[in-house]
Amino acid sequence: MPRSAAFRTSLWFLGLAAACLLLSDIEITTRDPWFELGRMMRGALTPDFFATEQLASALLHTVAFAATGVGIAVLAGFCLALVFHVGAVRWGCAFLRAIHELFWALIFLQMFGLSPLTGVLAIAIPYSAICAKVFAEILEEADATPLKALPAGSGILSGFFYARLPPVWQHMKTYALYRLECGMRSSAVLGFVGLPTLGFHLQTAFQQGQYSEVSALLYLFFLLISTLRLWVRPRLVPLLFVLAILALPPGMPIAWENALRFLTADIVPAPLRAGALLDAGTLGALGRWMGMLLRDQALPGMVATLLLSQVALVGTGLLTLVFFPLISRHFFGPVGRTAGHVFLVIARSTPEYILTFTFLQAWGPSMLPAIVALALHNGAIIGHLTGRHADAIPRRPDSPRGLNLYGFEVLPRVYGQFLAFLFYRWEVILRETAILGMLGIHTLGFFIDNALSQLRLDRMMFLLLVTAVMNVGIDILSRRIRANLRLTVNPETGE
Amino acid sequence: MLKRIGVLSPLLALLAWPAAAQTFYISAIPDQDESRLMERFGKIAGYLTRQLGVEFKYLPVKSYEASVTGFRNNQIQMAWYGGLTGVQARLRVPGSEAIVQGFEDQAFVSYFIANTGTGLERSQAFPTAIAGRTFTFGSKGSTSGRLMPEFFIREAFGKAPDDVFRRVGFSGDHSKTIALVQSGAYEVGALNYEVWNTELAKGRIDTRRVKVIWQTPAYPDYHWVIRGDVDSTWGGGFKERVRQALLSIDDPLLMKVFARSKFVPAKNSDYDPILKTGQAIGVID
Repeated sequence: MPRSAAFRTSLWFLGLAAACLLLSDIEITTRDPWFELGRMMRGALTPDFFATEQLASALLHTVAFAATGVGIAVLAGFCLALVFHVGAVRWGCAFLRAIHELFWALIFLQMFGLSPLTGVLAIAIPYSAICAKVFAEILEEADATPLKALPAGSGILSGFFYARLPPVWQHMKTYALYRLECGMRSSAVLGFVGLPTLGFHLQTAFQQGQYSEVSALLYLFFLLISTLRLWVRPRLVPLLFVLAILALPPGMPIAWENALRFLTADIVPAPLRAGALLDAGTLGALGRWMGMLLRDQALPGMVATLLLSQVALVGTGLLTLVFFPLISRHFFGPVGRTAGHVFLVIARSTPEYILTFTFLQAWGPSMLPAIVALALHNGAIIGHLTGRHADAIPRRPDSPRGLNLYGFEVLPRVYGQFLAFLFYRWEVILRETAILGMLGIHTLGFFIDNALSQLRLDRMMFLLLVTAVMNVGIDILSRRIRANLRLTVNPETGE
Repeated sequence: MLKRIGVLSPLLALLAWPAAAQTFYISAIPDQDESRLMERFGKIAGYLTRQLGVEFKYLPVKSYEASVTGFRNNQIQMAWYGGLTGVQARLRVPGSEAIVQGFEDQAFVSYFIANTGTGLERSQAFPTAIAGRTFTFGSKGSTSGRLMPEFFIREAFGKAPDDVFRRVGFSGDHSKTIALVQSGAYEVGALNYEVWNTELAKGRIDTRRVKVIWQTPAYPDYHWVIRGDVDSTWGGGFKERVRQALLSIDDPLLMKVFARSKFVPAKNSDYDPILKTGQAIGVID
């Protein structure tokens, strides 16, 4: 029986994930895993909107950081997209987006402390690099007919604004709005490291087991995200951007000598700081320092990160295949679809970091909470996209129903697109897996957090670089696979 | 219109910064429930403001290292540190000084606690039966919840905690350690005895589910650390005035929220044992 390349690739990944699962630590270590989840469910049913008086300001700051950071990122990303063919720009962007926004926040916290600049840059920098890549792809794939129709001697600028930009403008707007939604999630999570956004109070409430407060915070957050399209109007965007900047929390004044000290002393590897530069003894010490970090921290962290992300990737794929029919007209009526939408919105609006944090409380620290959280969140995102894609498929009046319809008609037709979405998401899942280590799972983030808690910023920086290089590698691999399978993805939906 | 002013107010605050530059920021390691910290440090900030005629404000932070980073970056001028964080902070800010400690902090202890389902019983000697169990520390930067417990564990077994226990976790703070061992998320844990006693007195511990099984030998712990350059900003002798204000607290309610009987003088060298322990474990260079 001839088998398609997509089928073979899927089998490979399934097999690999099964092998990874055998090597993973997925033990439930709590004596009563449902006890804490039961308390959480009770909290979910009894939200307490008056638990903290800073609720309104937390929501305002969450929006302010997101809108300011994403606003800057869209502008900068657009400019970078125009020169994206330059190798240095492309590689630079690949590197910048390989570092998670929470890691960027840790860096800027050291430089600027709890200043609004910390949160804005933590979002703006990786998002600029992501926007640059996506906008460049949109421009590249744009219809070139108008450009060819221009009379000879038309200026570059008029050519750009009258022929190149109009066909892609709508695309870019849609993508910018999607970025803002992502930015809201990122902004909320920044609270976990101390910025005054939603995550700040979420972390406290979780830590103290006040789940009624947790659910109130999350419900308001869902409301904010699901109504995004209602209050972000194209005409209002410049005004919103200015208001967002004004609404940033005041924070602390910035002492530039701290930033300078961080860049010139703190992150310089300890052996280099101690000895004379380029002296044989210093270089030997540096070699031992790097060897120790690679052997004891970077490698174990990388292995755990790759194992976990592989299982999570396949888990995401499997859940997607379950989720997408929930919102598809082929399978459910209006009522069922609405319920499906609500479920998917909740699962994809809750940041992975917060989902993992929730399951960790219940099941204890193994890889299981992270796998479930990553698969749920990403499965909901890709399920939403795949479901929309499935609805665009016309159906014959005599098509089968139920499982036969799913297995023999819809799934084969959406499968290529589904794989494209999944591989597009691979890099995102890996980035996220690394960061989840901050919660106590032994991925790279765990070792980065260790270094930070000992204020060994040189080690933190070294491990961050290792993480970034690994992400860039996976990005390249994923692109190769997609090219081999000739999978294309509508860039506005990818990341 | 009113709404717009509301939105603008942070900006106004930012513009008004130079006028507010005299605010003296204090902070602390987030070692227990935030509501307790807000009460404790809100009260002490109010007391110092009244005593010294300078505005004192409490800046809550999310992690132990954030309180040290803020102190180092002069965004926090004085902090209530544990032994380890105090040493970390003073190593990074030359001229900074441990000025006052709690009376009880001269001989602080940690409790090892166990879920009653484990069948572990209280003992005088180190409880070697905890080997092979799941174990949680508090924060990675905690003295009573990590550094000293780890020291005694290494001393008893001659191995790192990762090699002694089936699983090692970091709960984040002492209150959470109690909650995790009580719920059975971890079988054994180590924490600050003062937090245990306070929560016990408030009836927030279910003693049928969790109990103390060992008390460590004593070591120096919490203390106030102040930056060396405060005199140049708030006037000569300011550091001394802060020290005197802390030492002369006679409000029993204020000491009660600190869970200390009184404050007593401290000096940097009081914490040399902590520095040596940190170096021995490898968390300080």
